[in-house]
Amino acid sequence: MSLRQSRRNFLGSLSLSLGAPAFQTLLAGETSSSNALPHFPPTARRVIYMMQSGGPSHVDLFDDKPELQRLAGQDIPESVLGGLRLTTMTANQTSKPCLPAAFGGSKRGDCGMWVSDLLPHTAGIVDDLCFIRSMHGEQINHAPAVAHMMTGSNLPGRPSIGAWLTYGLGSMADDLPSFVVMTSRDQEASCGQFFYDYYWGSGFLPGKYQGVPFRGAGDPVLYLSNPDGMDRELRRTLLDGLADVNQMAYEKIGDPEITTRISQYEMAFKMQASVPELTDLRSEPKSVLEMYGPDVHRKGSYAYNCLMARRLAERGVRFIQLMHAGWDQHGNLPTQLPIQCKDTDQPSAALVKDLKAHGLLDDTLVIWGGEFGRTPFVQGDIKNVKAHGRDHHPRAFTMWLAGGGVKPGCIYGSSDDFGYHVAENPVHVRDLQATLLHLCGIEHERFTYRHQGLDFKLTGVEPAHVVREILA
Amino acid sequence: MRYFTTCLLLVAITAITSAEDVSFNRDIRPILSENCYYCHGFDDQHREADLRLDTEDGSLQAIEPGSPADSELLRRIMSTDGDEVMPPPSSHKKPLSPAQIELISRWIEQGAKYEGHWAFIAPVRTQIPSDTIADGQNPIDYFVGKKLRDKSLEFSPAAEPGKLLRRATLDLTGVPPTMDELNRFISQPDGANDEYEAVIDRLLASRRYGERMAMDWLDAARYADTNGYQGDAYRMNWPWRDWVVNAFNDNMPFDQFTIEQLAGDLLEDPTEKQLIATAFNRNHMLNAEGGTIPEENRTKNVFDRVETTSGVWLGLTFQCCQCHDHKFDPLKQSDYYSMYALFNQVGEPGGVDKRFGKKDYSDEYDKLYAIESPYISIATREQADALKNATAARKQAEKNFSDRKSEYFPAFAAWVEEMRTNTTLIEQRIQDELDRRAVTSAKLDSLFDGNTQRLLNIYFRLEGNEPYAELMSAIASAKRTEDDVQATIPLVMVMRDDKPRETRILERGNYETPGAVVPPGIPSFLPALPEDAKVDRLALAKWLVSDEQPLMSRVVINRLWQLFFGQGLVKTPEDFGMQGALPSHPELLDWLAVEFRESGWDVKRMVKLILTSRTYQQSANVTPALLAIDPDNALLARGPRQRIDSRFLRDQALSLSGLLIDKPGGFAVMPYQPPGIWEDMSFDKNRYFEGTGEDLYRRSLYTFWRRSVAPANFFDVPARQVCALKPQRTNTPLHALTTLNDVTYVEAARVWAAKLMLIEDECERIEQAFLSATGANPDENVLKSLKNTLAKARMHFAAHRSEAEKLTAAGESPPSSNTDPVDHAAWTTLCLLILNLDETLTK
Repeated sequence: MSLRQSRRNFLGSLSLSLGAPAFQTLLAGETSSSNALPHFPPTARRVIYMMQSGGPSHVDLFDDKPELQRLAGQDIPESVLGGLRLTTMTANQTSKPCLPAAFGGSKRGDCGMWVSDLLPHTAGIVDDLCFIRSMHGEQINHAPAVAHMMTGSNLPGRPSIGAWLTYGLGSMADDLPSFVVMTSRDQEASCGQFFYDYYWGSGFLPGKYQGVPFRGAGDPVLYLSNPDGMDRELRRTLLDGLADVNQMAYEKIGDPEITTRISQYEMAFKMQASVPELTDLRSEPKSVLEMYGPDVHRKGSYAYNCLMARRLAERGVRFIQLMHAGWDQHGNLPTQLPIQCKDTDQPSAALVKDLKAHGLLDDTLVIWGGEFGRTPFVQGDIKNVKAHGRDHHPRAFTMWLAGGGVKPGCIYGSSDDFGYHVAENPVHVRDLQATLLHLCGIEHERFTYRHQGLDFKLTGVEPAHVVREILA
Repeated sequence: MRYFTTCLLLVAITAITSAEDVSFNRDIRPILSENCYYCHGFDDQHREADLRLDTEDGSLQAIEPGSPADSELLRRIMSTDGDEVMPPPSSHKKPLSPAQIELISRWIEQGAKYEGHWAFIAPVRTQIPSDTIADGQNPIDYFVGKKLRDKSLEFSPAAEPGKLLRRATLDLTGVPPTMDELNRFISQPDGANDEYEAVIDRLLASRRYGERMAMDWLDAARYADTNGYQGDAYRMNWPWRDWVVNAFNDNMPFDQFTIEQLAGDLLEDPTEKQLIATAFNRNHMLNAEGGTIPEENRTKNVFDRVETTSGVWLGLTFQCCQCHDHKFDPLKQSDYYSMYALFNQVGEPGGVDKRFGKKDYSDEYDKLYAIESPYISIATREQADALKNATAARKQAEKNFSDRKSEYFPAFAAWVEEMRTNTTLIEQRIQDELDRRAVTSAKLDSLFDGNTQRLLNIYFRLEGNEPYAELMSAIASAKRTEDDVQATIPLVMVMRDDKPRETRILERGNYETPGAVVPPGIPSFLPALPEDAKVDRLALAKWLVSDEQPLMSRVVINRLWQLFFGQGLVKTPEDFGMQGALPSHPELLDWLAVEFRESGWDVKRMVKLILTSRTYQQSANVTPALLAIDPDNALLARGPRQRIDSRFLRDQALSLSGLLIDKPGGFAVMPYQPPGIWEDMSFDKNRYFEGTGEDLYRRSLYTFWRRSVAPANFFDVPARQVCALKPQRTNTPLHALTTLNDVTYVEAARVWAAKLMLIEDECERIEQAFLSATGANPDENVLKSLKNTLAKARMHFAAHRSEAEKLTAAGESPPSSNTDPVDHAAWTTLCLLILNLDETLTK
């Protein structure tokens, strides 16, 4: 029993300290039926998830379909649509003409992956990437689809992937949070999507496992800076005095929570030093900065966040979640998609190259993808090039993975002739989640948390499968 | 051979155990539920081998009562053969422990009797033998004391008076006691119980009591000031929040509190207040994202109502029954949809149907309201008149414009058609992308279609048709006036059964695959509704508060207990089902539940009973020995000690500094928040307009709660997206950064410091600050340490005078005039330290 107590205190102070899996296991034993974590040696020690929010158009960027070319302007066959539900934005659109990829592309690298000309940098590293062209889900609207991708449920309230991982595996950094989130958006702010904190929430797991947002403006972490007029030296004085009185309280009251609090205040003090160091890019060589492109100097940009992701990975942050909005081209695809690609292509590829150069790619899993793809048929008037686009489409879309034990130069799965349905080797959102956990050394079936009398898991109740074919 | 081994093992086990009776509910059901029911339980769709172990009848297939050795069940759980052992390895469950096997063996030996699940049997009051309870002894202490004696423990001594007063005051009002209150109470002679009772009465009578009690109810009711989802627009359900505060303050009997919130609209001639009460079931999120399907949205609303209602009043988790029968509890999928039917008769469209904006800060709509029918308008006479006039003015402006339609419209329509035919013209004529899209989507047959209006504006601008452009701007201006008036009038979304619907089971919880029709009703395993009753929400509400209801009184009293002790007598307040925790003090729980009901659902009476118990008044100090025996304080051999809810931490800081503005109710306010938080999440579409003056210092209950991102300086709080019944208490560096650096706390420290500096004697200042923050007088060492920090801070600021000026200017409240900045800054530092003491953060 005393062990239980000391474990609680220990773990209380652990949220930012070394997360020896063995100790985590003790905690897990209390609330979950999982065995020791990790269940087996992981190939990925950390994960960088580059969420491309809005729904990148797979048919324009990765999944070229000659059939769309051939039938351009003609209605997509009813047999393909199959009476399945569409959003109310296109459900009542009288015609659904095929819209072929508008920007050209070619097969690249040794693997021969077709990539749009809009993504030259990504095209340059295809042999480091693993493409899944048979992703699918059910959600047709942003918020439920992003929630499904990031938390395993379309409704708010479940722990996000990063929360599950830090809960299960603990932290590797002693002066940074183990789960960090950074947001960015397209420069024109043309999209209408919002972010919700449950995309990185802890759901029913304790609150300390939720993602900590690092912000582009102001304090990178909320309330990080001392108040005006209180410098670090005085803060030290205050904290010493505070610890002194708290220690006396502990001796009188005996509640071990007090010692945990003392250590959390110390950790806060450490973070106040480590975060500014982290965000100080002066130590980065010019060549590295240039690799990410000019936007890297603009705090809060996607490029800046990509570079920060590498710096966080280096410093032992376990789960880094980049949320980039702007892929929702309903009515501006021909004009906006090129801009969106330009903003994101170079930094995304740079991050993979940079991780590789730092020797981090081998044990860092990188994921690039949206919450769904986009319809192969047009939304709006096919003739009105300035004001048409594509609607949401979760039945088949493309994502890519890199590093962390994933097969490089791999193309997995395919969609049908229209890019509408999965044709072979379907990978459901929950399969991707199971695979992610597997790469982190976790068997998803055995990684559960007891809540409201049920053993919840990230992948939910439907069967989920690790995609073994893409493992290196 | 295997059989032989089993027998040997059994002999060995039996030999080492005592003959103590095994209780099915206490000892066996948790084992079976955890390890067996998933495949051998209530859900017949997924039952394996046709064996069910959740009923005595079913168990006879695998159990030979009285004869462990002949029981297949025992053989299988002890088997070492991977193909035979239960639970099977493929279930990812661990084999049963020897102790568990031994318990099951003994239970079989004693006859393998089943008992109903404790929580599904109506509570009965345990009679307390009159010779075992002293005169005036609180029955709570009888039950707790009995258990302590069983464990050879005893009550801790009473808490120090100051600590006790602070605990009770925080628990009942969410703010600490004043210096006067502390001094008066501490100076009472020992054992002045009357005084303590008077304090409890005083606190219960305080308006702050309702504000404190409302906080947790709002968490349970997922109350927020926005809709959530895409756009996350404003709503105006705050009259419901004020209704809750008032209901607690008026000590509305809890049965009435229940009935009015669940079915106020179905009462005869409901009052406006009773209609407002029903907003409880309209506090869920609303999806207004473009492209969503109304029926899907509506289905989610109804799901949420079923789950919130059953969580709050029944302590049951119904969610899994959306898709299938419950695995562990006797809840059928059809039960779920029968209850769903009760909430499925509302004429809600599945999307918002009343939108308006308010332009407080710029010409852009900076506050967008989106309300879904049914709703009621809570307007004063003046407001109603003003709105009527504004609407008439807007309609007149529209008429002025449409009356002259024939003069401008044909040419305009041709102008649009031209672009539709020749899309290159769009680019030439129109710059903005949304405007361009309007060319395709405008409904030209409707003059007031949003896109048509958009294009008309451009057209008039380009063509220079001044008189028409002016008429259009007159409409805009009239609309703005109308919206401004509308925004002062709460439109409260309420329940109204104005759309009868047949309810079908939704296969896999999917609105696209409706199955069999189900009648409205309540879970079939619980006591039935009266036969002649009309089956609607009112029947449900009355059934919940009926004498036969086994769950409701326990579930509610358990959460009341949780409020004061940090955890319930049942540690899983959201799950009283078979997978939930067993009560630590079952007799006490049932006694309280019956007492609660028989008192006429008198909440204040129950609160007073709990707070005047010896159990509650114990010191929270703990010895290593006690900590080892009972780390979680389940046995209650010491008083409660928890970190204060972050929302009340803020109230506490405001209260200590004297900044707190004690104004009740009304529109939510926007106190300090670092810039950019809403903007980052919404791409500048949602802007946070920080308040000024009083708005900065209202109680946290009134802080505007946006669902997409909760108020920044609250931590460990529910997201207010779904029902939350259990408090969170974690301890992280981010919390420390908040209470050390947020301007809320820094300003409170400097204002508090200035107030303290009015006291002549420095030592007295420190004593007073420490006492009012912690409820205890500082001992010599504490005093010395605090003085030491003060001296260091003073030296620091003497050398950094300009820094002192900055620190003492934190926040919006006026600077203090008569203080020396160096001295004031040093005291501010000390006050900030005191606000962050563990004893201050903890109750």
